[in-house]
Amino acid sequence: MSASTGTGRFAAVALIAPLLVFIAVFFIWPLFTVMSQSVSDTAVLNLLPRTAQAAKGWDPESPPTVEMKTALAEDLQAVEDRQALGDMTRRLNSAQPGFRTLMSRTTRALRKDDLPDLGEVDERWNQPVYWQAIVGALSPTTDRYLLAAVDLERDVSGNIVAMPEEASANRTIMLRTFWVAALVTLCCLAIGFPYAMLIASTEGWKRQALLGAVLLPLWTSLLVRTAAWFIILQDNGLINWMLTGLNITSGPIPLIFNRTGVVIAMTHVLLPFMVLPIYSVLLSIPDNLMKAASSLGAHPMRAFLRVLLPLSLRGIASGSLLVFMTAIGYYITPALIGGAGDQMISSVIAFYATGSANWGMAGALGVVLLAITILLYAVYGRLSSAEERRG
Amino acid sequence: MFQGLRLVFAIAAVTFLLAPLLAILPLAFTSSVFLTYPIPEFSMRWFDVLFTAASWKRAILNSLIIGAGTTVLATVLGTMAALGLRNWRLPFKGTVRTLFLLPMVVPAVVLGVGMQVLFVRLGIASSYAGVIVAHTVVSIPFVVVSVIGALGGIDRRVELAASSLGASPLTVFRKVTLPLAMPGILSGAVLAFATSLDEVVLTLFVAGPNQRTLARQMFATIRENISPAIAAAAFLFIVGTILLAAIGLIVRRQVAARRGLQKSES
Repeated sequence: MSASTGTGRFAAVALIAPLLVFIAVFFIWPLFTVMSQSVSDTAVLNLLPRTAQAAKGWDPESPPTVEMKTALAEDLQAVEDRQALGDMTRRLNSAQPGFRTLMSRTTRALRKDDLPDLGEVDERWNQPVYWQAIVGALSPTTDRYLLAAVDLERDVSGNIVAMPEEASANRTIMLRTFWVAALVTLCCLAIGFPYAMLIASTEGWKRQALLGAVLLPLWTSLLVRTAAWFIILQDNGLINWMLTGLNITSGPIPLIFNRTGVVIAMTHVLLPFMVLPIYSVLLSIPDNLMKAASSLGAHPMRAFLRVLLPLSLRGIASGSLLVFMTAIGYYITPALIGGAGDQMISSVIAFYATGSANWGMAGALGVVLLAITILLYAVYGRLSSAEERRG
Repeated sequence: MFQGLRLVFAIAAVTFLLAPLLAILPLAFTSSVFLTYPIPEFSMRWFDVLFTAASWKRAILNSLIIGAGTTVLATVLGTMAALGLRNWRLPFKGTVRTLFLLPMVVPAVVLGVGMQVLFVRLGIASSYAGVIVAHTVVSIPFVVVSVIGALGGIDRRVELAASSLGASPLTVFRKVTLPLAMPGILSGAVLAFATSLDEVVLTLFVAGPNQRTLARQMFATIRENISPAIAAAAFLFIVGTILLAAIGLIVRRQVAARRGLQKSES
C-alpha cells in the first residue's frame, strides 16, 4: 500500500498541475497585474532616464542646474512615442498644473532648434516647482492612486491629507456601493427569510414548486433577467401600463434609471443566494422544537423569536454575506437599469480602464474592491466551515 | 388568518420570482418595433432579424465557438484536478480547492481589468483564444464542484474490488470511476457552457469586435438601441436552458436506471 501511495500522490499532483498552472497564469497573474498597476508609476521615468540621472543629489529648494535642463532637452528630443509623451504630460500636469502648456511649448521649440536653453524657451523652467514635480514623478512606484482611491493625497511636504471636497468622488462612490448593497441585502432578507420558512414548512409538490420558483431564475441568464426588468420597469413598461390602465396613476411613475429599479432588479437576481442557505439551515432544525416550545406555553411569536430565529441565524448570516459580497461587485445590472447617480464602484473601475485609460486609478479601486470582497469571503468561509464541523 | 397571509405571501413571492421571465417571452413574437405591451400582432420578424442580420448571426456563431471551446477546456482541466484532489493527502488540499473556487468570488470587473492589461502583453487580446481562456477561468469552479460532488458519491470498495480482480489502474479508471462520475462531469460541462454563454463583463474587457458574443451583443442592444430582438434572443436563451436541463435530467435518469438494473441483476 505504501508503494502505491507514492505513485498515487505523484499521479494526483500530475492531475492537479495543469489546472494549477492555468489558474496561476490566467487568474492570479491578472489580479497581480491589477495590483502592480495600482502602484506603478513609470510614465515619466521611462521617457526621462537622463533627467533622472542628472537630478540625483539636486536640492529641491534650489534653482535647477544647467545639466538637468540639458538632460531634459535631450530626453524630450529622443521621445518618438507621442502617446507616451501625452501620458507623461498628463501625469505631470496632475502633480503641477501648467505642465500641459509648458510641455507643448517646449516640444515645439525643440523641434525647431537643436538644443535650446530651456530657461529661454519658457521662464517656468527656471522655477524649482516644476522640477520638483518631475523629480517627484521619477520614482517607479507610487501610492498616489491607492490614496486617491480613498480620497487622500500627499501635500507638498509629503504628508497624507484629505483631498479637497470638490476633487473627492471616490468615497461617495464607495459609500453608495455599500448603501445599495446593504439595501439589496435587506430586501433579499425581507423576502428570502419568510420564503425559506415557507418552503421548509411545506411538503411534496408544493415544496418542489416553491423551490423551482427560486431555482429557475438562478438558471436563467443574468442578461435575460436584466432585459426582462427593463421591459417591466420602463416608462411604458408592464407596471406603468397596468397602473395607468387601471387609472391608479395619471402618468408613468419613474422606475427605471434610478435607485428603485436597481434595487428591485438586483434583489431579484440575488434572492436565490439568500433563500438557499437559510433553507438548508432550516431543514436541519428538528420540527418538534417549535411544537415543544408551544406545548410549554410559548406564544408562536415568542417561540419564533426564542427558538427558530436564533437557530437559523447562521443561515441568515451566510446568505446576507453572500448577497452583500456579490452585490458590491455588480456591474451589469446597475449599468443597464441604473441612472448616472446609481453607478457603483465596478462601473467607475470600468470607466477608468476603458473610458480614460487611467490604469493606475482602475487598479487602485480594483485593489480596494478586491480586498473587501476577499475579506467578506474569508468571513463567509469561516462561517460555513464552522457549520460543517457542527453538522 | 395566518394561513391566508401565508398564501398571499407565497403568491406574491413566486410572482416576483417568475414574472420577469414570463413577461419577456411573449415579446419575442411581437410585430412592433417597440419592446412594450400590448402586443399589436404576433410575428416571427425578430427571429428573422436574429438569424439574418449580420451582427446577430455573427454573435450567435461566436457564442457557440467560444462556448464549445470553454466547455472542453474547463471540463478537461476541472475533471483532472478533481480526480487529483480526491487522492491527494497533503495539507495544502484545502488551499488548492479554495484557489479553484476563488474565480467565482472575485469581482468580474477587477479580473477583467487585469486580463485586459495582461492579455495585451501576452499577445492574446482580441482573439478567440483569449476569450475562451477568460471564460474558462470563471467556469472552472462549477466543473470542480460538480465533479468533486460526483466523485464523493462513489463507493471506493467498487474500485478496490475491480483492482483486486486484476484490473490495471487505467482499466479501473476507464471502466469504473469514469462511468460512475459521468453525471457529475456532464453537469459540470453543461454549467461551463451556460457560464460562457452568459458571460459579459470579461468579454467586454478581453474580446475585440470580431469576438462579440450573443451576451455581449444583448448588452450593447439594451444599452444603445433596445429592440424586440432582445426578447427573441432571450427566448432562445430560455429555451436553450430548458433543453440543457432536460438533457441533464435524461442522462441522470438513464444512469440511475442502468445502476438500478445492475443492482437488481446482482
